Amino acid sequence: MSSREKILAAVKKNQPAMVELPALNFAGDASIDLKAQFIKILTGIGGSVIEVNEIKKVADYIKSTFPEPARIINTTTNLNFESEILNLPDEQAGLKSDLHDFSNVTVAIMKGEFGVAENGAIWLTDANMVDQALPYICEHLVLIINKNSIVPTLHEAYEKIGTCPYTLGTFLAGPSKTADIEQSLVLGAHGSKSLIVFLVP
Amino acid sequence: MNPQNKTHSELAEKFNRDVERVNWHDKTLWFVREKRDKAAHQIAEWEKLREAASQIKNNVLGNLHEYLLEFEKNALNHGIHVHWASSAQEHNEIVHSIIKKHGVNHMVKSKSMLTEECGLNEYLYKQGIEVVDTDLGERIVQLAKEPPSHIVLPCIHWKKEEIGELFHQYLGTPKGNADPQFLTAAARVHLREHFLTSRVALTGVNFAVAETGEIIVCTNEGNADLGVQLAGVHIASMGIEKIIPRRKHLSVFLRLLARSATGQPITTYSSHFQKPREGQEMHIVLVDNGRSERLASDDFRNALKCIRCGACFNTCPVYKRSGGHSYHTAVAGPIGSILAPGFDMAKNADLPFASTLCGSCTNVCPVKIDIHDQLYKWRQVLVKNGHTTASKKTGMNVMSKVLSHPMVYRFSGAVGRWVLRTMPFMANNKFNPWFKQREMPKASTQSFRSWYLNQRKHEQ
Amino acid sequence: MNIGLFIPCYIDQLYPQVGIATLQLLERLGLSVTYPTNQTCCGQPMANSGFEHLTKATSHNFVTNFSEFDYIVCPSGSCTLHIKDHLHDDAHPDKTISTRKKTFELTEFLTDVIGIKKLDAHFPHKVGLHQSCHGLRGLGLAQMSELVAPAFSKPESLLNMVTGLELIELERKDECCGFGGTFCVFEEAVSVKMGQDRIADHSNHGAEYITGVDMSCLMHLDGILRRQKSKVQVIHIAEILNSVNK
Repeated sequence: MSSREKILAAVKKNQPAMVELPALNFAGDASIDLKAQFIKILTGIGGSVIEVNEIKKVADYIKSTFPEPARIINTTTNLNFESEILNLPDEQAGLKSDLHDFSNVTVAIMKGEFGVAENGAIWLTDANMVDQALPYICEHLVLIINKNSIVPTLHEAYEKIGTCPYTLGTFLAGPSKTADIEQSLVLGAHGSKSLIVFLVP
Repeated sequence: MNPQNKTHSELAEKFNRDVERVNWHDKTLWFVREKRDKAAHQIAEWEKLREAASQIKNNVLGNLHEYLLEFEKNALNHGIHVHWASSAQEHNEIVHSIIKKHGVNHMVKSKSMLTEECGLNEYLYKQGIEVVDTDLGERIVQLAKEPPSHIVLPCIHWKKEEIGELFHQYLGTPKGNADPQFLTAAARVHLREHFLTSRVALTGVNFAVAETGEIIVCTNEGNADLGVQLAGVHIASMGIEKIIPRRKHLSVFLRLLARSATGQPITTYSSHFQKPREGQEMHIVLVDNGRSERLASDDFRNALKCIRCGACFNTCPVYKRSGGHSYHTAVAGPIGSILAPGFDMAKNADLPFASTLCGSCTNVCPVKIDIHDQLYKWRQVLVKNGHTTASKKTGMNVMSKVLSHPMVYRFSGAVGRWVLRTMPFMANNKFNPWFKQREMPKASTQSFRSWYLNQRKHEQ
Repeated sequence: MNIGLFIPCYIDQLYPQVGIATLQLLERLGLSVTYPTNQTCCGQPMANSGFEHLTKATSHNFVTNFSEFDYIVCPSGSCTLHIKDHLHDDAHPDKTISTRKKTFELTEFLTDVIGIKKLDAHFPHKVGLHQSCHGLRGLGLAQMSELVAPAFSKPESLLNMVTGLELIELERKDECCGFGGTFCVFEEAVSVKMGQDRIADHSNHGAEYITGVDMSCLMHLDGILRRQKSKVQVIHIAEILNSVNK
């Protein structure tokens, strides 16, 4: 008898009577200012949130905040402002060649799918990342989300995600952090040292 | 881990010799408990969420066989290799065979209490494979050749000055620098090198969804993600109880997990791995190691609902003042004390007694495990199975006899406040542990009963 | 209404004044109270040590002494909880169940059954309330700090009826004192440290007295206080509530 069969047989024999799943009657308060709560929470966990009224401002901000020789990778071609981001063609050519090529990336820019007001998290999948190592290996991560995309809680978030397939899906909430040394909060443990979220129209 | 086979109380006594450290340990953990309270109080429906989480887990336990099959089917469809391990040993062998197949002798690993339970690091070390723990706290205790003392805060017992000294020794940081920011930055550089060179990465699993065949791994540091995304092989080790039915149930658990653990609204990274990356190989090892047996126990199966948030540690007044290593087991604290006797009753017979049964653990538990009731039940099981001392047994028998017979009870009392002599903790005056740091209760001249009888006689 | 007074063994033997205060307090409220003189102990010391199987005779004795009363009142949360959760007398299953149900801790009896709104008591001191765990988390005498639920406290609402009494705030309002039955000797170091820390919280906030619904916790704290030669004293809540305004 294989371990698989052995385990499954033991589980089947020993599991108690089935009880029904509970109904999930949870819903966030949609009447509150979701954007304000999102900003408050994400700022509270170390992220920065910048609201802009036009896409162009994102590029301006990045150019002025991360001057050359910063290595900047933009994956948000669909937002149509790549020309204003440095070195895009070269970087794109390099994508997927060798993961470890990203070890000196200063800034990575991606589109997030939506934000969650209760915890400041942004949902994105491998489709937004172009390369899955990018959001974790870059020094600074920039996510762009539609300011009207913010949902109240994780319940609405998973409703929105449904059962759609992906390779990797993630809730990202703030910069990488640790408090392992005497509970002192330090930003930039292994992943990005900062997270900047742009809220765009 | 516990080479001298010392009991919790002996190890706790040792921990308590350094009062300053106990105070600091206690305050640090209380601070985490307070953060948890603050986060919980921001969610009006908190108690309903706990109830829902508990019910979902109850459903899982009653339907685990079907969920495991569903999970396996979906994972296989996504090109994931699924392995089954009956025991810790088998788990270790499976992991080793995967590493061997790829011809490497080095692996990065993010936090996984299961691999602690299985003793994976020691096993692989003997096979010539170096495992680098990448969670900062775990790396610290690994460098110090110690097990974690807390499932969420592995080096909570270490002071920053000691970590500075450790890093000076192993990472070459300047002597005397104990700044957490600086030390974390040094660890980042040190571990980045390991991330970039490891071809195999092992992670734990917080949740596995039957419906979608995906696994969810939560970290704040991003160490699990960096490891997985830079490696060609991802191994995920999980206990069979980590299954949840549907993806939407993650909303309940992810709302509870980080708030209960550290008071954060969510961990920085909540990564859902559904398929291997293009060109990557992904393995999931499903481990039983006694879990299926535990499933049969009406009294103790609830412990399988645990989501390893560590909230019961942070609130436990005993854990806070005895330190994780006093529990001499991979998972310390209240939850460890109800899990460990299930693995080895003789070795862990002391742990269910390392509690005052205050019940705070049960109240903070996000999945409503009846921890303190299980501690009580384990005590009965342990005594019935002979895991008690002869003196305790004698003391209890004497006490039971005295208390069973009103006449004997009154006679003992009349002779001189029997409690002072008969209760086991008062029994041995020479080495009386009560008296070590406490005065004895003052003996009363008469019992309530005799006062009552006098007074009633008087009235009549 | 016939009330059976259940006086835990250690109160009977070591703290008769607590039993006396309880009896007087109930009688002042016009209640008819009887102390069954063949009572001994609820059995908890054995059961919590893993020897529940040795409590058959104490349980039987308890049922014999108390099953005929309308209510059973006890000045201890811990012993009350043991009766409510663990009383078992195989010879009288029905009586066991009804006995469990009609056993009340003193403050919950005064609050929930009698529903008293005022009390003639005076205690002009700063008092810290120690929330004993079994009363708090087992019987629900007050809201537990871990839960997200509305605040209430039966012992506190009674203490608030006592004139002159000032209740102090605590940093950790319901952390365990470390008594824990035989825990207090088998885990001596941690037990004492827990007690010392509770005491520090009370004395740092200016308590003259530490009160509570369980004399066992207070006995442990008293042992430490006297070893420290502290001026802070322990007093059972029944004694405060029975401090007649003269």
